[in-house]
Amino acid sequence: MRSGVIARKLGMTRLFLDDGRQIPVTVLQLDGLQVVAQRTAEKDGYTAVQLGAGAAKAKRTTAPMRGHFAKANVAPKRKLVEFRVSPENLIAVGEEITADHYFAGQYVDVAGTSIGKGFAGAMKRHNFGGLRASHGVSVSHRSHGSTGQRQDPGKVFKGKKMAGHLGAVRVTTQNLQVVRTDADRGLIMVKGAVPGAKGGWVTIKDAVKKPVPGNVILPAALKSAAEQAKRAAEAAAAAAAAEEEAARKAAAEAEQAALEAAEAEAAAAAEAGGAEEAPEGDEKNEG
Amino acid sequence: MDLIAQLEAEQIAALGKKIPDFKPGDTIRVGYKVTEGTRTRVQNYEGVCIGRSGGNGIGGSFTVRKISFGEGVERVFPLYSTNIDSIEVVRRGRVRRAKLYYLRNRRGKSARIAEVQNYKPKDGADGAGA
Repeated sequence: MRSGVIARKLGMTRLFLDDGRQIPVTVLQLDGLQVVAQRTAEKDGYTAVQLGAGAAKAKRTTAPMRGHFAKANVAPKRKLVEFRVSPENLIAVGEEITADHYFAGQYVDVAGTSIGKGFAGAMKRHNFGGLRASHGVSVSHRSHGSTGQRQDPGKVFKGKKMAGHLGAVRVTTQNLQVVRTDADRGLIMVKGAVPGAKGGWVTIKDAVKKPVPGNVILPAALKSAAEQAKRAAEAAAAAAAAEEEAARKAAAEAEQAALEAAEAEAAAAAEAGGAEEAPEGDEKNEG
Repeated sequence: MDLIAQLEAEQIAALGKKIPDFKPGDTIRVGYKVTEGTRTRVQNYEGVCIGRSGGNGIGGSFTVRKISFGEGVERVFPLYSTNIDSIEVVRRGRVRRAKLYYLRNRRGKSARIAEVQNYKPKDGADGAGA
């Protein structure tokens, strides 16, 4: 089990694919997603990572929380969420997770706080049918109707669907497909709708009802790892360039030497007649 | 510009579609890609644009109405659909409504639309097919 991520819901748009299909997508953004703390079996009895996302003003962060962030040596975060992980997938404190954590085509579960609807009637809240528009119905066209039986049982059963508060609860949408990721801007696009309003925080996890794909990055797609890979690639590229340069230089030198040799040979051939004294003179000077 | 608008602008640029300037009342010809088995061909659909919705952005669409074998047919096309090969303006019509749903109740002579005599292309828009 590896960590999930915290993301901000930016809104929805659509993607037109080359094969003529169009896909409705929700754009989710990872904003400074860092590991703030670890929970370990020795200390806490379970293993998890606490992730933080977004930027909070230091002066609006409480002193205890400032201490918590200072301990992790990260900037104050707006949103903190714990994700249970298996012990081998613990991530070091301070590491930043990138959008490459998920790949296109993978299935994820997205959880967020749904849009609050306030006190809603039974028709909106439980999809009741309401009463008839005519045939003697007066004033109560959108009411729920009967709520029970007669003197026996003489009460309304618990759990009866009635009017009440709707929305503003934690909702998980399962098995949403990741369509595209953009690590540079920290964007994850998932097919379909995600609970919550624009600008709201959601958590993304690997889908629990699908087998975990073999090519997911363990423990997580880290920025440090990406940078290391980039540096390694750059170093390799530089080495290759240097090697190429050296090879070219060597080739040039060889060519030059060959040219000089040929020239010398030609000169020697040209001066073969009366130039025998010159080398002798040189030898005399050296001696 | 927020990130969603930026993404949409990028996608519009990447699709590289040329959308002519057209309005409700214009007669337009849409080249629509049809896949039959493995091969694709372009099918023309010509009729009166009776409404546009969603603006000029990536979510925009337009409705084209034509009379096919005596039966009124309406099709809604997404403006930036990759299935659309081309959009041509055949004739520019003068109308006083944004949505020409009244054409659904009309047939023949009463369903005619007068042609615009003094069409001026918008700044930056091409007047192709006028």
